[in-house]
Amino acid sequence: MIGKLFSTCLPYILSGISVGGQYALIAIGYTMVYGILRLINFAHGDIFMVAGLIMVYSNVALTPLFMNMGLSAGSAFIVSIISSVVIVLVLTVILGLTIEKAAYRPLRNAPRMSVMISAIGVSYLIQNAAIYITGGLAKPYPASGAAMPWLSDQITIGSTSIKRVTVITPILTILLVVALVLLIKKTKIGMAMRAVSKDFRTSRLMGIEVNNVISVTFFIGSFLAAVGSLLYFTNYASVTPTSGAMPGLKAFVAAVFGGIGSVPGAVVGAFIIGICENILKGLDNILSTAGVFKDGFTFGFATFSDAFTFILLIVILCVKPTGLFGEKNTDKV
Amino acid sequence: MSNNILEINNLSVSYGGIKAVKGVTIEVPEGSIVTLIGANGAGKSTILRTICGLEKTKTGSIKFLGEEILGKPANYIVAKGITLVPEGRCIFPNLTVLENLKIGAYLRKDSIEDDINYVFSLFPRLREREWQLAGTLSGGEQQMLAVGRALMAKPKLLMMDEPSLGLAPLIVKDIFSIIKTINDRSITVLLIEQNANMALQVADIAYVLETGSVTMTGKGRELLEDERIKEAYLGKKKQ
Ligand SMILES: Nc1ncnc2c1ncn2[C@@H]1O[C@H](COP(=O)(O)OP(=O)(O)OP(=O)(O)O)[C@@H](O)[C@H]1O
Ligand SMILES: [Mg+2]
Repeated sequence: MIGKLFSTCLPYILSGISVGGQYALIAIGYTMVYGILRLINFAHGDIFMVAGLIMVYSNVALTPLFMNMGLSAGSAFIVSIISSVVIVLVLTVILGLTIEKAAYRPLRNAPRMSVMISAIGVSYLIQNAAIYITGGLAKPYPASGAAMPWLSDQITIGSTSIKRVTVITPILTILLVVALVLLIKKTKIGMAMRAVSKDFRTSRLMGIEVNNVISVTFFIGSFLAAVGSLLYFTNYASVTPTSGAMPGLKAFVAAVFGGIGSVPGAVVGAFIIGICENILKGLDNILSTAGVFKDGFTFGFATFSDAFTFILLIVILCVKPTGLFGEKNTDKV
Repeated sequence: MSNNILEINNLSVSYGGIKAVKGVTIEVPEGSIVTLIGANGAGKSTILRTICGLEKTKTGSIKFLGEEILGKPANYIVAKGITLVPEGRCIFPNLTVLENLKIGAYLRKDSIEDDINYVFSLFPRLREREWQLAGTLSGGEQQMLAVGRALMAKPKLLMMDEPSLGLAPLIVKDIFSIIKTINDRSITVLLIEQNANMALQVADIAYVLETGSVTMTGKGRELLEDERIKEAYLGKKKQ
């Protein structure tokens, strides 16, 4: 009985961890940019979506190219996917840096609200540009379904069969997060990032070029969003111009939940949201297995899995606005 | 051939139309201690911030070691050898004491081990608190850290904006004796002080600033005896 219940829960927990990892990779971008600029980068979810589109178009362009070079259809596809991954990472980072330079840097001394409005503008600009380019159609993601040779392979854990990406995501996320935390805590640029996040002027007095440090922050945020995008869309059939909105919002809630400005907080928040959301998706099934719901009765918890995130947001904002790991103020006046 | 390390000529700075500094000329001889005194709002801090490249202006000139530095970015000016201990300390509260010192040496590529030890020998209390977050230091300790951090850049010219503000009289004495020690290591010091008495005692040259203009200048000791100074800044009545 317990064993049966466990094996019913396991796939939901596993995919929860996986989705949580993907949210975490996006949430870090929100939290780091907020930490340094006190700006909620509304365009971040759209950067994530663009990373998905870049994958689509890059693969469509490159596969025939490699076939013309004499590779078989199968290996041309694989080579194309691998090159596209590199292209996605590079172009997404360039996009993030360009947005910062064009839309946020000129407003460095403007009130915070102006920068927020600029961010909202950029978000719509990207979505509209995506509609223009895609014609508003859903673009099939090359790595999804059975097409992706390695990430989408089924593997078995215990009695559960899942896609390999489900296991890869959390491992990769944790590795990247550990690397990032070490960068922030142990390196010179990390020290500069922490200094700039407190005080621009005094940082300048130390000889720090504040704009460069901000660029590094956007570099890291966009890079991780690109990695998150590669993993996320592997589970979905297609990319649409609004594909970034929902995961972006959830990652943002994760960042607020963990305490915006804190990298570990965003990661913990993202995993909690990912897991809760997926357990909710399977709650009917789990409760039937446990014998709580009888005779095929279902409640339809899955319908509320998205709403859960936002209920959580409201609860945090009421109970602990600074989030789990929110900044404690150690300033002395 | 002058031996001035810093020459400010006819400098004016405005904040949105309001002139805070009006045609100021100041000379700082190499190896000296120079002090700026003046009432609140006279424009003292503005001058130091402009030297560092934090305030922008087009009128006047600031020459450091003969080179025009007005309009240059802050990181360029720091690299040339000017550091500022800002008004109100401005240590980084979320960095440890040691990290605050290290970030003072941000632009340096050589080994900073000796300089950290030198700062710790000036301020032994900082050594005991090496790993403490700077935001949890007492006000006096934060001031020591701010001075130590500025020294880490190995400056040729060290500027201090009211280093004794809010400190107990005993610590103020310490700070002034350390200013002397620093100066003995052939670092030129440009000092702003509310505590005019102390400042005039250590300074080789003093400038008196009133609402954006220099109204008086002379040797520190001489100004200490000046009746107008006594009345306005030292709180002593004319006999
Ligand atoms: N950022 C700013 N924006 C507008 N006005 C400013 C700004 N900074 C300074 N001022 C004004 O410029 C004048 C000079 O200020 P400054 O801080 O240089 O004075 P100060 O001599 O250092 O005074 P204190 O002894 O009180 O520190 C003041 O009238 C002040 O109100
Ligand atoms: Mg001042």
